[in-house]
Amino acid sequence: MIPLAAVVVRDMRIAVRVGGGALMGVLFFLVVVTLTPFAIGPDLALLKRIGPAILWLAALLASLLALDRLFSADHDDGSLDLILTGRAPLELVVAAKGLAHWLTTGLPLVICAPLIGLLLNLDLPAEAALALTLFVGTPALTFIGLIGAAIAVTLRRGGLLLAVIVLPLTVPVLIFGVGAANAAIVGPMPFGMPFTVLCALTLASLVVGPFAAAAALRQEME
Amino acid sequence: MALTDLANPSRFLKFADGVIVWLAGLTVVGLAFGIAQAMLAPDDYQQGATVKIMYLHVPSAWLGMLCWGVMSVAALGTLVWRHPLADVAAKAAAPIGAAFTLLCLVTGSLWGRPEWGTYWVWDARLTSELVLFLLYLAVIALWGTVEDPSRAARAVAVLTLVGAVDLPIIKFSVDWWNTLHQGASVFRPGGSTIYPTILVPLFIMAVAFTLLFATLLIAAMRNEILRRRVRTMQLMQASAAS
Repeated sequence: MIPLAAVVVRDMRIAVRVGGGALMGVLFFLVVVTLTPFAIGPDLALLKRIGPAILWLAALLASLLALDRLFSADHDDGSLDLILTGRAPLELVVAAKGLAHWLTTGLPLVICAPLIGLLLNLDLPAEAALALTLFVGTPALTFIGLIGAAIAVTLRRGGLLLAVIVLPLTVPVLIFGVGAANAAIVGPMPFGMPFTVLCALTLASLVVGPFAAAAALRQEME
Repeated sequence: MALTDLANPSRFLKFADGVIVWLAGLTVVGLAFGIAQAMLAPDDYQQGATVKIMYLHVPSAWLGMLCWGVMSVAALGTLVWRHPLADVAAKAAAPIGAAFTLLCLVTGSLWGRPEWGTYWVWDARLTSELVLFLLYLAVIALWGTVEDPSRAARAVAVLTLVGAVDLPIIKFSVDWWNTLHQGASVFRPGGSTIYPTILVPLFIMAVAFTLLFATLLIAAMRNEILRRRVRTMQLMQASAAS
């Protein structure tokens, strides 16, 4: 367990340092939310209705940002070779990196989303539902993103390819995440129905993501 | 002592050590006096005591904009006059200005809830102030992205000067657009429309906030100079070991 803990701590330290993605994700989230009233218009009633959707889209795009350098940075300085030849199973190391990515990118988003929801005129039930769905859904975004990051690891300009690969795979998470948030606000569907599906999607991604990413890494690094 | 005398970091550190105690003392006196005057000032006939949020909200808005102005002058110092401590001042000022702007947004939001019925509205004044906050965060992010502070300084200087276009937008937003935020009532042609019993404590708080900004800025500049010295020594130690 200690090598995995070390991987998590190392990734978190790098993320909060120079050029790391940690708080940049939150800043991007805030910028996207600030842009929406310029595009949609300042009608507060409209913003309240589509608020959860805007916040989910912004969270999805912000999670995508830090994925780009997740494996490529290690590939560039040679640590990926060390990880591949090490004794810890690659799937577990990849899962540990995913955990560190969520802790530095996804979790700050979940914490800031209610405050930023105030800008979109969301009220308390909407904020609570949104925070809960983001808390459950952002790990899915991270772990599905691991697959794309692993596929794009050796590419120089992997950023856009990564987005093209990952975004379609995250569509179910988006559907059920926004669905659960809206169900809590307007009904008639009970909140539990899409929410349990969202939990299932996250649990599935926690397993499928690392295995697929590890397989992709082994292919790419040969 | 001209500004050029303070260009030497060691001389600046000595100046800072001497002046900061006085500045801090003046700040405490100013804030205490300002808050006392604000508490003694009369209530508004419509808003009651809620109007006293103004004594925090307006000075922090002014200081947020003043700080960006200071950063712009420092940016010119970096790009045009090549003053050695200009980038130190710019880097030190950014988080302070961001804090003042955030304080303005939060106090304004809390004031808006009872008075307007909403925490936030996307009108020109609030949106341009939020954009100023995002610009501050962008500058802080840019400082953190480039490893070498002196190279970061030039990029940040350009961003600061470009972002300065937001300041007149904030100031004149209530004139150019139809906003929920009230129009100019202090700095306007024809003089202020606020009665002196409320206006004077506002100016006292503004002076106190400015002293606070000066104290924090000099302390932060001192820290930044010391931080760079530590970094240089670490680099020297690393290259000596290899």
